[in-house]
Order: sequence, then structure tokens, then C-alpha cells
Amino acid sequence: MAVTSQAVQAKNDLRIGDKIFTFLKYFLLILFSAIALIPVSVCVLTAFKTTEEYNTTNVLTPPENWLNFDNFVTAFERANMLRGFLNTGIALVFVLLFSILISSMLAYVLNRFRFPGSGLIHNLFMFASLIPGIATQVTVYQIMFSLGLINHLYGYILVLCGTDIISIYIFLQFFENLPRALDESAILDGCTYFGVFFKILLPLLKPAIVTSCLLKGVSVYNEYYMSNLYLQSSDLKTISVALYTFTGPYGNQYNYICAGVIITIIPILILFLFFQKEVYSGMAAGAVKG
Amino acid sequence: MAEYPLTAKAEPSGFRKFIRADRTQRALLIISFMFVPLALLLMFTYIPFGKMVQFSFYNRNYLSEGTFVGIQNYIEVFKRDDIFGSLIVSVYYMGGAVVQLVLALFFASLMVFKVKGEGIYKACMFFPYLICGIAVGFIFKFFYARGFVLDSILQFFGMELENIPYWLQDQKINNIALAATSVWRYMGQNMVMFLGAMMSVDSDLYEAAELDGANRWQQFRYIIMPSIRTIIVLNLILSISGSLSAFEPPYVITNGTMGTGTYFVIMNRLAHENQKVGLACAMAIVLLVIIILCTVAQKIFFKYFFKDNEEDAIMKEEDRRRRQQLKERKKAARAARKAAKEAAR
Repeated sequence: MAVTSQAVQAKNDLRIGDKIFTFLKYFLLILFSAIALIPVSVCVLTAFKTTEEYNTTNVLTPPENWLNFDNFVTAFERANMLRGFLNTGIALVFVLLFSILISSMLAYVLNRFRFPGSGLIHNLFMFASLIPGIATQVTVYQIMFSLGLINHLYGYILVLCGTDIISIYIFLQFFENLPRALDESAILDGCTYFGVFFKILLPLLKPAIVTSCLLKGVSVYNEYYMSNLYLQSSDLKTISVALYTFTGPYGNQYNYICAGVIITIIPILILFLFFQKEVYSGMAAGAVKG
Repeated sequence: MAEYPLTAKAEPSGFRKFIRADRTQRALLIISFMFVPLALLLMFTYIPFGKMVQFSFYNRNYLSEGTFVGIQNYIEVFKRDDIFGSLIVSVYYMGGAVVQLVLALFFASLMVFKVKGEGIYKACMFFPYLICGIAVGFIFKFFYARGFVLDSILQFFGMELENIPYWLQDQKINNIALAATSVWRYMGQNMVMFLGAMMSVDSDLYEAAELDGANRWQQFRYIIMPSIRTIIVLNLILSISGSLSAFEPPYVITNGTMGTGTYFVIMNRLAHENQKVGLACAMAIVLLVIIILCTVAQKIFFKYFFKDNEEDAIMKEEDRRRRQQLKERKKAARAARKAAKEAAR
């Protein structure tokens, strides 16, 4: 009797323990999700407030009119964000096209061929990935200056392509899993090496292209330091530089600043909602690095 | 070692033969495919790197050549208060990185098991990673400003405004507040990375463990941990260079005032505002040396500590088996091709 009741007791304890665990689990998950969201959502609230409302109400109170888009319009115009989006868009398209092409070609050569110096070149690229971008910009600036590439969108595009190690890494990994028998049979059928790459392998690289487009795309869209350094004239400003102009004259007008912040976040948010799975798997691919 | 079979066909002689020859084709391809990326790599990484080493021994600005000063710049890196202070600041970011890793690990291991609405939590926690650094800066400048978001939340929970410190001005806590922004920004990304590694473990293992009566801690300790140990160590080591490279949020929020200048914020100021190019280059070189040391430490760590553990042995065994299979497949393919050729003849 005593033994069974003890067993029941133990079982009940376990069940209570499980319940507490489940409660704690969801509590913490919800708490931290909220912490992740609060800073951004308060910005959303503030972005819809009129200046008077912003000056008089508490930051946590919701705006009176959820359709008050005045701040967005003001922010968009004052920071010249249209130009910013345009410049970022142009840079984005060319950087993605160019860097995907050159890094997939490089990965093909490094993965499929052995030649004198191939190991060295591989290591040179991998070592370059250790150097944080901002560190070398002091002297890159000098080179850009002497080549006359400053204040030209193409110069900026070139710099962004030149420091692209992520895509190379993703493509290298992807080639690793493409069987060589594929190339070999194509060669036997009379295909040239160029043909093998462009006709057979490139179409198969689609998942890797999507991943590196997403990762590279987000990093180009968010890039600030180099665009600030190399695109100094006001009509060449990219979106993040445009956003940075809010530190100046509107330093404390947070209803405008928040509207600007939200405007820059929206494209990324839409992209994220559509490509969640690909973004996550891209992160996982980056994780294996090193 | 030739990767491709040499396809020597009977072809007409002369230039056409030369062009169509396998060797020529291969060389052409390698040169044409590698030329642009290599040129870019040299132009934007290694030449600047070489120049940086050179400049670091000169006292110069952007335009003048300057004078050779030997290791004076390097001495100054360790002597100047602002640079030394930034090294101390980076300790806060390193602490933040540890907190971030622990949190990421915790949430990833919660989400490995069945959780309702997993996708929503994951998305909420991950999204900050995608926001641009300048926007993060503004969001938290607003968040920490006196009487604004954080203060209002604390007041909502019953704290008096007089008892709440100035988050960005109080030198005792402003670096903690700033390091917290980078925890906010990167925690979700770390979590997704860990989750990816944990998911790569065969899910049967978890089931089997549960059937065997392993509790959650044991499952964590014996199944999850081994699968992500490598990534954890890697991230810990990366966090050292990461904490020295923190830039945009402190740049926007405080612009490095009140003792919050990180290494890059100070370097940026010295290089582009004060035009002390030589000194900035020396700083960059010191940073690179630190990063190289960390990488070497990581390599050594992996070599000696994870050398003869089971997981590696399994991996090696799998690797060996896979290679064996590949070899056999290749052999079979070669035989098949030979047979086909013979048949064609």
C-alpha cells in the first residue's frame, strides 16, 4: 500500500514538475519575444503621432490616429529617402549580379580543379574573411581615391564586390555536394569546361544563389560605413546614409526619426516574411564556416 | 591530380588542336574565371593590407607622405587613454557576447523539442539581426533616452523616475546598456545557428533517449551538447573580434562620448576626423594580430581538445566510408565508359 501511494506521489510530482516546466518554457519564450519586439513596436507607435501628441503623451500610449502618415511623408522627403532607395537599389542589383557570377566561377575553379597555387588562393580568400571590413578602409580609401572611384556608384559597387567572401564560401560548400560524375559525363559528351559551368552547373546552383542573394542583399542594404565614405555627394546617398542624416537637425524629433527607421525596416521585413526558410538555412550554412 | 579524364580525341593538327586540347581549355578556364575575383581581392584586401603595414610606421595624414616614426604609433596605441579605454569597453561587449551565447543556447534547446508556435518566437527573436545598424542605433537612442521607452516601462512597473539611472550618461552603466543592444541584435541569429546544428542530429536519437528515460538535462548534456560544441567554441572566439569591431550602434547612440567609444569608433575618429592615418593603421594592425591569435587559438583548441572524442571518430568513419563509396562509384563509371567506348568501336 505504502509503496504504491509513494509511486503515485512521485508520478504526481513529475506531472507537476512537467507543468511548471511547460509554463516556464512558454513564459520565457513569450517574454523574450516581447523584449525583441518592444523597442521596434514603440517606434511604430511613435511614428504615427503628431508632433503635439508626441510632446504631450507618454511614449507607450498608442497614437490617436493610426492613419496619420504625415511623419512618414516628412521623413521620406526631408532625408531624401527616395534617392536613397534608388541608389541602394541600383547598387544592390549590380552587386548581386556581379558578385554571384564571379564568386560562383571562382568556387567552380577552386572546387573542381587542382593546379599550382590553388591551395594558396583558397587560403588567401579564407584569410581575407577574417579581416573585419572597417579595419582596412583607411587604406582602401587611398586606393579608391587614386583610382578616381570616389563619388561614383560604380566605385562603391566594385568595393562591395571585392569584399565578398560569404558568397564564395556558400558556393564552395554547394559545389562540394554536386557530384563530379555530372561534369565528367558532360565532358564525355563533348561539352567544354565553360559549357559545363554555364549550361550544367549554374542552373543547379539555384538554391545557393538564392541563399547568397539573401545574405549579400541584406548586408548591402544595411551597409553604412563604406557608402558614407565613398559616396559623399548628396545625390549619391544610400538608404542607410539617408537615415543617418536624422542625427543632425532633427536629433530629438523622434516621431520623424521613428518614421524613418520604420521606412527602412519595411522592405527587409517583407523579404524576411517571404523567405524565412531560406534565410534560416543561410544562417546555418554560415555557421559551419571555420 | 587530374580531376577529369583526359579526353584526347583524334583532331586535326595545328592551332585548332592546341585550342581544343584539354590542357589549354583548362588553363583558359582557370585564368579567365579567376582573374576578376583575384584582382578584386588584391585591390581591396591585400594591397590595402600591405599599405596599412607600411603606413603604420609613419606619422602621416591622407595627403602628405609624412615622416618615418618607427614603432611610435604602436607604442601610442597602448599608451593613449582613448584607445586603452576602448579596449576596456570591448570587455563589456565580450560579456554581452557570453550572455548572448547562453541565452541563444537556452532558447535553441527549448525549441528543439516540440513547442507550439515555434515559428513565431523564432521569427521575433531573429528579426533584429536583419535591421540595419544605423536603425538599431536610433531605435535604442530612443529606447534609452531619459523619460522615454525604458524609463516609461520601468515607471509602469512602479519605479520612481529619480531612482532610474541615466542609461547613456551614467558611466557606470552606459556600456552595459550599449552592450545590451548588441545582445538584442545578435541573440536570435546565434539561436538560429545553434538550432540548425541541433536539428542536424538524427531526431531518432531524441526519441530513443526519451524512451530510455533520459531527462531533459541528460538529453541536453549527451545529445545536444556534442552536436554544437564546435559552434559554441567558434562563436566564443569570434566574439572577441566581434566585440572589438562593434561600431554602428555606439556610433549613432553616443558617438563614443562619455567613455563608450569602441575600438572601431575611436579608430574611425582618428582616421577620418583627426586624419591620424598612421595611428589608425597601427590600430588596425593590432586588431588583426588579435584576430589572428584568436584564430590560431581556435585551431589549437580544436586540435587538442576535440581530438579523440567519439563524435569526431564517427564523423571520420563516415567520411572514410563516403570516400570509399565515391571511389567505387568512380571506378564503376570508368568501367562503364570503357565498355561504352568499346561497344561504339
